[in-house]
Amino acid sequence: MHSRMATEGLRENETLASLKSEAESLKGKLEEERAKLHDVELHQVAERVEALGQFVMKTRRTLKGHGNKVLCMDWCKDKRRIVSSSQDGKVIVWDSFTTNKEHAVTMPCTWVMACAYAPSGCAIACGGLDNKCSVYPLTFEKNENMAAKKKSVAMHTNYLSACSFTNSDMQILTASGDGTCALWDVESGQLLQSFHGHGADVLCLDLAPSETGNTFVSGGCDKKAMVWDMRSGQCIQSFETHDSDINSVRYYPSGDAFASGSDDATCRLYDLRADREVAIYSKESIIFGASSVDFSLSGRLLFAGYNDYTINVWDVLKGSRVSILFGHENRVSTLRVSPDGTAFCSGSWDHTLRIWA
Amino acid sequence: MTIGGPRGRHPRLQMPCLRKMERMIVSMQDPDMGIKMRNQRLLITVIPHAMTGNDIVEWLIQKYGISEEEALHLGNLIVKHGYIYPLRDPRSLVLRADESPYRFQTPYFWTSTKWPATELDYAIYLAKKNIRKQGDLIEHEKDNYNLLHKRINHTWDFVVMQAREQLRAAKQRRKGDRIVIDCQEQAFWLVNRPPPGAPNVLEQGPERRNCHTTRVQLNMDYYKREIEYCRKAMARTRVKSSICLEGYIKFNEQYVPHDPIMSGCLPSNPWITDDTTYWVMNAPTVTTPTKLRVERWGFNFSELIMDPLGRAQLLEFLKKEFSAENLSFWEACEELRYGEQSRIAEIVDSIYQQFLAPGATRWVNIDSKTMERTLEGIKTPHRYVMDDAQMHIYMLMKKDSYPRFLKSDLYKNLLAEAIIPPETKKRVFPFMRKQRHSSPSPALLLPAGDAEERGRSPSTAPVPEEES
Repeated sequence: MHSRMATEGLRENETLASLKSEAESLKGKLEEERAKLHDVELHQVAERVEALGQFVMKTRRTLKGHGNKVLCMDWCKDKRRIVSSSQDGKVIVWDSFTTNKEHAVTMPCTWVMACAYAPSGCAIACGGLDNKCSVYPLTFEKNENMAAKKKSVAMHTNYLSACSFTNSDMQILTASGDGTCALWDVESGQLLQSFHGHGADVLCLDLAPSETGNTFVSGGCDKKAMVWDMRSGQCIQSFETHDSDINSVRYYPSGDAFASGSDDATCRLYDLRADREVAIYSKESIIFGASSVDFSLSGRLLFAGYNDYTINVWDVLKGSRVSILFGHENRVSTLRVSPDGTAFCSGSWDHTLRIWA
Repeated sequence: MTIGGPRGRHPRLQMPCLRKMERMIVSMQDPDMGIKMRNQRLLITVIPHAMTGNDIVEWLIQKYGISEEEALHLGNLIVKHGYIYPLRDPRSLVLRADESPYRFQTPYFWTSTKWPATELDYAIYLAKKNIRKQGDLIEHEKDNYNLLHKRINHTWDFVVMQAREQLRAAKQRRKGDRIVIDCQEQAFWLVNRPPPGAPNVLEQGPERRNCHTTRVQLNMDYYKREIEYCRKAMARTRVKSSICLEGYIKFNEQYVPHDPIMSGCLPSNPWITDDTTYWVMNAPTVTTPTKLRVERWGFNFSELIMDPLGRAQLLEFLKKEFSAENLSFWEACEELRYGEQSRIAEIVDSIYQQFLAPGATRWVNIDSKTMERTLEGIKTPHRYVMDDAQMHIYMLMKKDSYPRFLKSDLYKNLLAEAIIPPETKKRVFPFMRKQRHSSPSPALLLPAGDAEERGRSPSTAPVPEEES
């Protein structure tokens, strides 16, 4: 009996070892296949593109009102309103053009790391250490009590790191520290699809702008960026070239690529058709992690907020840094370009948000 | 064996920036390429192996090819993290780009060092200070001292004994060494126990990788999944880099003139001039669109159909061609895909009745195979049941109607009548800020009940009515 179990144990170990080596050799072969079609670098192709001229962007608005670190923000489709969330649980809706606060609600948890504006402009979603994503309709009623109308939609088993509405107010996509992403029906709170595959916390996500609107990309603490099919829940593509946690992912406006920002102090561009990393945006003097990235409307510029309090502006095609923006007095934690590309907003651990144009 | 590590990892290991900072520090001290260190005079005492703030900034500028502003910012961060400390005014971890003297922190006190700064260590440090200053500690240190005295009262004798011992040992050193050691310690504690109001550079944010459910087991299933994924990935078609990258160049060429940050916008960028005319002229539904907007509809079908105004024009055109039901069908399918779970059966039935049933008033022309599949599928309606049919109609509009639309008189007239707003003339008194008007919130535009209705229809941007 003992010897039989011993031989079975031996067989299992052999199988594990042989599976491991098979997986590793296949990974190597996959990299070879990917490399075969890589016949030119982006900056080489971009040589004939005109260089950018003098670049001037300034803070045009400073939004003060959060009593603690700003963690996340999102724009309303009306191009001027924004929602922001902070460490002390406060979620504020601003008309950032006038800097007026229009709504405020205090969540029952701290570290509200995710917030999103609904496409209609009539609701917001947020969540964080409560492991949930909740939707608040925005009302201007006299005895407004936003907290009373709160709807709990998503339930994860660890913190909520990111959330986004799809094309309507009726669905929300979430990312969590429990290593999964999930798609939810807002009205019923029903889980429509879950996405498993990350080996650690998922920190960010972005929906594809493609006309057929079926995919999204997520980034996590496993250093992987994964592209998912929303309908089937399957991972379509996976990229693993960063050296550390991926804090932010954002699609290039054409939908053919996406950028990522990581704790390894680099931003990278991944092309979906070539199925590989095609550019790295880094500088020896930049040693702090990139927390948040977004493209300008044409995709020529990549704005990245860093943990060293600065914002670096990158020429996406040529790979060079165009400008560095100072102003925040603590980490830049969130950054989004406005829907019509006229400005971008940055939020920071210094309790403020800034609009740059 | 698991990926993920034990629970409660030392939080400093989550800061890859510290490793990089240390590499910087090491190269700053390189005998050939590093900063030239000299003796610095502190009143009457001479401190060896020191440098000035200027030296640090200059070195950073040279080494990394950055501006003075950036070098000062980077240098300040190095000082804030305790890797370089000031000899004069050691209570403030700030880099001054002048002749102020600075020194490199001893690796024993490096921020990334694995031994945590314990309460005991801090207590001994405060006790030393307390003895030396005869009770005259600064406020927050006094508070901390009293707090610790209460908390670890049982070891207080040991604390005071250690403090006295260290002070006695220090007295036997040269004055210069004493000053250096004091500064080193001071800097260390400024980083590890920042005074109230000062930023805490060690603060991380919520702990990551503390969820046991995501710990990946490197077992047979894991490798089987990896193998499966690799096989699938090998089989996928890839496009040559040269072709993909060409795509960026083309996209860039097309869109840069439309990128307000790159090319400005007419009449002006509202954020810069406080004038909202740009938003008024580009509102989702205006009578006369701008030239740039109408040109953009010609870039690709998606630009046309996603712009509410463009979509309305497309509808007009399709009506002329008697194929308007295609657009309506596509919109209804979008409503299904992004609608509430509870309304799926209802919407599918509505689509069937309007567009697919034999003799339907707005029957859409789908190929027989797709129609067959769809009709079979709607027996068990779900969110994606119309996907094939929707794709078919979308492609029909894109490949067939859209090219004709672009060549049509309708579109040509739109282009001809489109506005090019004149650039806002520079104000005579530019320092007088224009009044910033508020706009009605999208949440206000309809009564509460209708707001739900609005939220239901996908891709409808709110329609702000702007005051001029």
